[in-house]
Amino acid sequence: MEFLPGLERWFHLMAGVMWIGLLYYFNFVQVAAMKAATADSTAAGISKHVAPRALLFFRYAAVVTWLTGAGLLGSHFVDAFTFKSGYAMIGMGAWLGTIMLINVWTLIWRNQKKILGMVPATDAEKVTARRVAFLASRTNTMLSIPMLFFMASGGAHMGQFVF
Amino acid sequence: MQNPLDSLWGTVISGFVLTLVLYVIVTKLIGV
Repeated sequence: MEFLPGLERWFHLMAGVMWIGLLYYFNFVQVAAMKAATADSTAAGISKHVAPRALLFFRYAAVVTWLTGAGLLGSHFVDAFTFKSGYAMIGMGAWLGTIMLINVWTLIWRNQKKILGMVPATDAEKVTARRVAFLASRTNTMLSIPMLFFMASGGAHMGQFVF
Repeated sequence: MQNPLDSLWGTVISGFVLTLVLYVIVTKLIGV
């Protein structure tokens, strides 16, 4: 059973790369691409064929990342989330990751379904949904920076950034 | 005032500032 934490860490990293990689794709690439594609009437290709696939892997990678992260914390899950001595760094990372997961499934995904026409919505609702999903996605991009810092400095790498 | 999250650079800079703020909170106020 000793290989389990290693396996869990491996899957945590792979899912995390997919989650944050797609988050950065949306924010660094797709937002600007959609603006340019809308201007020359080619946005349908992205919103019909690219965005739904990217969102599928994005939201499930977020779940796998959180679950494997929770598994890695194991019996120290509560210690991390309550910032117990020795677990404050990884605890902050865990809190940020949890807030980001909630953002994905509530604000981003719920509003993207309206934007992409997966659920019925009026034009006014789509305008609001676009703004909320955009800001939630940007918030997650902002939160990912400290989240990755605390993940890298907590857990197995504890103390590396403590001066 | 413009929302910093409307710009990509504003988002990235906000992330680094937030990292510093949270780092100080964790190390000085909560205690590692």
